[in-house]
Amino acid sequence: MSELSVRHLLGIKYLKEEDIQLIFETADHFKEVINRSIKKVPSLRDITIANIFFESSTRTKLSFELAEKRLSADVINFSASQSSVRKGETLIDTVNNILSMKVDMVVMRHPSPGAGIFLSQHVDAAIVNAGDGAHEHPTQALLDSYSIREKLGDVAGKNVVIVGDILHSRVALSNIFALKLQGANVKVCGPRTLLPKHIESLGIEVETNLIKALNWCDVANMLRIQNERLDISYFPTTREYTQQYGVNKAILDGLDKEIVIMHPGPINRGVEITSDVADSKQSIILNQVENGVAIRMAVIYLLASKIKTR
Amino acid sequence: MSQKVLLSSKEINIILHRLACQLLEHHLDFTETALIGIQPRGIFLAQRLSKILKEDYGVKQINLGLLDITFYRDDFRRGEKTLEASSTKIDFLVEGKKVVLIDDVLYTGRSIRAALTAIQSFGRPKEIELLTLIDRRFSRHLPIQPNYRGRQVDAINEEKVKVMWKENDGKDIIYLVSK
Repeated sequence: MSELSVRHLLGIKYLKEEDIQLIFETADHFKEVINRSIKKVPSLRDITIANIFFESSTRTKLSFELAEKRLSADVINFSASQSSVRKGETLIDTVNNILSMKVDMVVMRHPSPGAGIFLSQHVDAAIVNAGDGAHEHPTQALLDSYSIREKLGDVAGKNVVIVGDILHSRVALSNIFALKLQGANVKVCGPRTLLPKHIESLGIEVETNLIKALNWCDVANMLRIQNERLDISYFPTTREYTQQYGVNKAILDGLDKEIVIMHPGPINRGVEITSDVADSKQSIILNQVENGVAIRMAVIYLLASKIKTR
Repeated sequence: MSQKVLLSSKEINIILHRLACQLLEHHLDFTETALIGIQPRGIFLAQRLSKILKEDYGVKQINLGLLDITFYRDDFRRGEKTLEASSTKIDFLVEGKKVVLIDDVLYTGRSIRAALTAIQSFGRPKEIELLTLIDRRFSRHLPIQPNYRGRQVDAINEEKVKVMWKENDGKDIIYLVSK
């Protein structure tokens, strides 16, 4: 297959397994490109991309912007905090105003789940979801799987545990979809209060004992406690959370085998993982960040190739 | 659809040896030269020339690279299909080297234009030459001509030159295919 089955990247849920493989193969080529002395290709020189962020982000925004610039696209940035959204403009109006300036693609982060899907039904541009509330964060899941593939050779058949605040995490949901699609075995681990009810219906298992989960897995993806989304108290104290679900070097060394540690960032050092774990040989956290640029270049390149010339 | 043989296996072999000798005449020991095969079809020719130079003419070391030009092409979004990339493998510096771009068929010249841009990402070559097995005359869209050519062919736009290689297609043969 040489073409994506979708016009937008709204979530992993809408992708096929072949789409993911095509994105990975394309990302392989871009990874080679970004390791050259001149890290830029001219493919998207006639494409304009708007990065619209209604929620704060550093890593994702930088990564997208870098990916767009390395493809030679023209980039405009928009943060809701400095915009007319504050003055009462609706989402569709805001985006249509931006599109009337001849923008071809919109990369959007929004606090409401489904915001990207809604937008794709109402405006005429390719939409990339850069995180919509607690729903999906597809490029993060793609780069996570890509990093597993790079480290372990394949995703199929691997045991992956996602640890932490599953309830409020878009990274968890997108990762579950992506990993299942590629044939990995998935468990989620965390305090009962932070695991959504009926999450087993996605074809995954729940494990509340961290040590058991770590002994089972090949890869542990450690998530942050999303304090900004915690409306009520889900666990007694951060200290207690760390004692039950934090990974430190002693725990890692006590396991039967050497597992791979991942984290989508930002890390709360000393809470979900300690510094010596985050900076250890087993951690591929910084590889994830590097791969993020290659994956986003691949996604943007493949989506842009479906935009016809005007 | 009909096809006629442009070059047989024997003729291809003779031409490859002549091209190898011409390269040798201009580049002597190849220490400051880089042979760059253009993906996807130019790599067979580049690999074959490199093999002949080493085995039949005693050249010890050849810098052989593979260059993918997909992201530098000027027809992105202009066709029906997504342009699919191949791998690039250049594990030496082209800075200051004499680069020979190698492709099987020279037609409009647009691939070579893309390759000229792409190779700049790996440094500033001292000079760049072009070697092509088949040169389709009178069909250029750009002012690009080969320094070394296997055979010149007059073909109309509806016709297609099909180059087949033993290592990829089972045998060495070149067809002119018309609709």
